[in-house]
Amino acid sequence: MSRQSPRLVRFLAVLILIGAVPPGRAEALDLPIKKLVFENGMTVLLLERPSLPFVVANAKILGGSLYDPEDRPGTASLTATLLTHGTASRSAIDLAEALDSVGASISSSSADDFASVSLTALKKDVQLGFEILADVMMNPSFSENEIAREKAQVLARIKSDLDDPARIADKLFASLVFKNHPYAHPVEGTEESLGKIGREDLAAFYKRYYKPNNVVMAVVGDITEEETIEIVNARFGRWPFRNVEPPAIRSVPKTSRTVKVVSKDLKQATIRLGHPGIRRSSPDYYAAYVMNHILGGGGFSSRMMARVRDEKGLAYDIRSGFDAGLEPGAFSVSVQTKNETAPDAVEMALEEINRIRKTVVSEAELADAKSYLIGSFPLRLDTNRKIAAILSSVEFYGLGLDYFESYPRRIDSVSREEVLKMARKHLNPKNYVLVIVGKPDASRLP
Amino acid sequence: MRRPARWIPRGGGVWFSLVLALTPVPAEAGPKVVQDLLDNGLKVVAVQDGKSPVSTIQVWYKVGSRHEPPGKTGLSHLLEHMMFKGTAQVGKGEYSKTVARHGGTENAFTNRDATVYFQKFAPDRLDLALSLEADRMTNLLLDPAEFELERKVVMEERRMRIEDDPTSLVVEEMFAAAYKVHPYRHPVIGWMEDLSALSREDLIRHYKRWYVPNNAIVVVAGPTDPAEAIAKVKAAFGKIPKGDIPVETAVNEPPPLGERRVKVKKEAQLPFVFAGYPVPRVGHPDEYALDLLAQVLAAGKSSRLYRNLVYEKQIAAYAAASYDQMTSQEPALFYLYAGVKPGVRTEDVEKALYREVELLAVQPVPEKEIEKAKNQIEAAFILGQDSIFNQARQIGQAELVGVGVRYIENYVANIRKVTGADVQRMAKEYFSEDRRTVGILVPVAPKTKAEPGEGRPGE
Repeated sequence: MSRQSPRLVRFLAVLILIGAVPPGRAEALDLPIKKLVFENGMTVLLLERPSLPFVVANAKILGGSLYDPEDRPGTASLTATLLTHGTASRSAIDLAEALDSVGASISSSSADDFASVSLTALKKDVQLGFEILADVMMNPSFSENEIAREKAQVLARIKSDLDDPARIADKLFASLVFKNHPYAHPVEGTEESLGKIGREDLAAFYKRYYKPNNVVMAVVGDITEEETIEIVNARFGRWPFRNVEPPAIRSVPKTSRTVKVVSKDLKQATIRLGHPGIRRSSPDYYAAYVMNHILGGGGFSSRMMARVRDEKGLAYDIRSGFDAGLEPGAFSVSVQTKNETAPDAVEMALEEINRIRKTVVSEAELADAKSYLIGSFPLRLDTNRKIAAILSSVEFYGLGLDYFESYPRRIDSVSREEVLKMARKHLNPKNYVLVIVGKPDASRLP
Repeated sequence: MRRPARWIPRGGGVWFSLVLALTPVPAEAGPKVVQDLLDNGLKVVAVQDGKSPVSTIQVWYKVGSRHEPPGKTGLSHLLEHMMFKGTAQVGKGEYSKTVARHGGTENAFTNRDATVYFQKFAPDRLDLALSLEADRMTNLLLDPAEFELERKVVMEERRMRIEDDPTSLVVEEMFAAAYKVHPYRHPVIGWMEDLSALSREDLIRHYKRWYVPNNAIVVVAGPTDPAEAIAKVKAAFGKIPKGDIPVETAVNEPPPLGERRVKVKKEAQLPFVFAGYPVPRVGHPDEYALDLLAQVLAAGKSSRLYRNLVYEKQIAAYAAASYDQMTSQEPALFYLYAGVKPGVRTEDVEKALYREVELLAVQPVPEKEIEKAKNQIEAAFILGQDSIFNQARQIGQAELVGVGVRYIENYVANIRKVTGADVQRMAKEYFSEDRRTVGILVPVAPKTKAEPGEGRPGE
């Protein structure tokens, strides 16, 4: 996706629709999804599932850490978290009491591409739930006290991350792959950046991105279309449309081979190897996804797992993946192995990358990958909460309401030659970033 | 577990692994549940939930780390790994490949009481799923070379999950101290020394002894009609002969004589406190009041521990309580734990934790707070039905610990009966200083300095 613009254009185009108009429906998997676009530009995807008396709402806001001010990483995350820490009319404690009293919950957080706010409430408490949800999304107070509290919490988490080799490796890997691109910094920011972020930064970020026309919300559960329209109009109706202009994002820099070892007294070496990958909107996405499934994404069916774990017993887990977002996220291989065998694990991962770039995968491998990916697709939609999260993603990334129908077709159409092409195009066994946390024998590294 | 969940959060991962308390299913609006006991002793529970597009089967073997003799810890979990390594009919790796080829997912987990294998798949693949499970109940190869490889894999798993995660080490040490006699003291994954010493013969003995139909529960859940599901289970497992299961001798854990403290000295950023109190397990009349007590202490941001330690005093990064009553034997443990904030003294956080239970013993919980806790539990029940897998897990668990499906059906009603006075009685009876075991993570300075090491420029 060429950043956010197509979505915004679409928002503008449908602005005049009053109430709800369902332009598309996905019938596959028995998911009669309705898309409702409100006057103020807010998009709601509704799936009525009346079998259990509760409702889930999952809102995604185009205002993730990708849009953090350059010198203030962590702004998007703090903004999102602070939503539930007090509004114009409710303190943080009032919010917690009101929700806990009926066993409902609202949580908010930020990811690279979006901020999200989720509500879970019993059917009988749906009015209250949406009232509070709208309150936290529309009227956050960003009180100085709450900001200070939350910053201290984040700082404690950043500190305890230093005890987690996977977090150390992930952070260093991202910073080396993305350099001055915003995907380089951790969503929660750094000790240094948090020190700079003040109330005015959060208020400004909020003001810029938290607009109804910048929100997609999936609603799933025991609620009708009529009820949804009424609730959204009543609770979010006064939230005015306002143009949102996200900043231009730098392009992802090229990678040259970089090896970093973080020496730490650990039993295992935690390894990350990779480079920039693809966007979610890339036409290569599905073919690259199938290719990666065979290489290292497919759990016990993957080549990397077969080699490193099943044949050699070197690791409990090895996996590879494309982190495809609004921007080209990383392709990465992750593995942990005892320090002594770290160089072997790296070498095997590189050999597998080379192999899939050299020779076409077998008919059987491709057929197995496809039958798994297509057959297991419904398993990803087996709870209302999962459906809500996926629905809002589908809309957020502009995948279209026919996503659920077209997914099997797209997977099925991938050929062996395309797999080879994807491997050659999107995997780079020479110019990669390699990060190792632990005490590996660095002299034996490839 | 044989395979990690995707990107397990591990920073102070304890609270993720402990908070998996039970959220059973309410009776009304609930799915249709039919049970059967086959001639060979296999217990079958079929759950019909028409709305589910997915089926799940779970095979619960009543064998976990508590069944392992001293010096052989980790046996059940290593055997769990070997269950994916081939039978006479289904070659090495073929089990997983077959399931995947049919669009299913599979995995397994081991705990102190049980080893559980599960699959999720499209409802029309039930026969296949069952035949694969029946096959490996009796026909496991336990190939010597595969055994050696898998021992290495489990050692890596232990390094990753426990040895390089300071908070997990504290949990392990606390358990080993809280139970001085009962085998609940064993770590499920096994001590590293024991893992090195286990032999293939140990595994064969363990497999033959415990992997028999009369030591297993099969739960089938999904849209399939229960009678049909049970008939299919019978067809797959019916011919497997009953085994001789050793008679269970109860191990009575002696009462604690005073507070026990264990320290873990490890390179770490922040201290961690993890206290356990022996309490009755599921089925005891105090169970429901203990559940409510945990709820009052730790459910949601308005709960006492969060509100006081994290929010008001800001001395803890997180603070929680958890009652893990679904055990097969007495006693269960009730946990209190907290992550210490930078610059705060560990003993202050510890005292603040204890103060909350002490307060509950002196001052009755206001009616409104009790009501809130009950509402939270009830809501969590209903939400718990969202997942067919979760429903099957609750039923399997209830069967395993011997309280059965009825327990789940009556759970909310029993919770509703608890009074503030009951909760106060719990606080008085079970939470004295002398009854607790405390694990403390004491951070020590790094041996090697953590800094970005020798970067090598590109070629």
